Amino acid sequence: MFRPSHFLAVLLFALFASTVFGITQRETPRRMFYYGAYCFALFVGSVIVLSWVMYFIAP
Amino acid sequence: MRYSQKRMATTPNKAAADKVANQNVAQGFVYLPLIAGWLAPGAGHFLIGKWIRGLLIASSVVCMFALGLAMHGKLYAGAQDILDLLGLAGDLGNGLMYFVGRTLGLGAAPVQVTTADYGTKFIVVAGLLNVIAAVDAHNLRTGRKAS
Repeated sequence: MFRPSHFLAVLLFALFASTVFGITQRETPRRMFYYGAYCFALFVGSVIVLSWVMYFIAP
Repeated sequence: MRYSQKRMATTPNKAAADKVANQNVAQGFVYLPLIAGWLAPGAGHFLIGKWIRGLLIASSVVCMFALGLAMHGKLYAGAQDILDLLGLAGDLGNGLMYFVGRTLGLGAAPVQVTTADYGTKFIVVAGLLNVIAAVDAHNLRTGRKAS
């Protein structure tokens, strides 16, 4: 059984989803790459921010 | 005057009609990339000659599905409530991989650990990404997306 940490699971999820988003939502290879990188950064960045928010509001 | 009107009324229209007819003949069955892309990830892009895109899509969707199963994620088999129905709809997006997985009895164990829950989500999202990719292949085929 593959048991990744939560953060590794986030990284894998973001990588695969960003790849498909980049290819399907833009038309030129350069713009696909930049959009994929943008989506990846947003996925991972939002997880880190929300994690810290939950850390501070946790009882 | 009559001659020029006749030319304006017929020649451009005929040319446009010929162009549309030629496009229709060239397009053939435009839903083939959509169906192929749904059944086998990346196949829709392969059919229209987008090899690198197809390879990236196939590797992403297949890896996500396989990792989901490796995490002991669940393959939805039926719809007991609305959430199960949504999960089943997402899983069906995986096309043949879903049916093969069900046939082999994969993803049938109950979810008992956190990583299995991640795996279930991986499988559902892989299906949804595959549907997006299949629609993209269809758009490329019909010309709705330029390249």
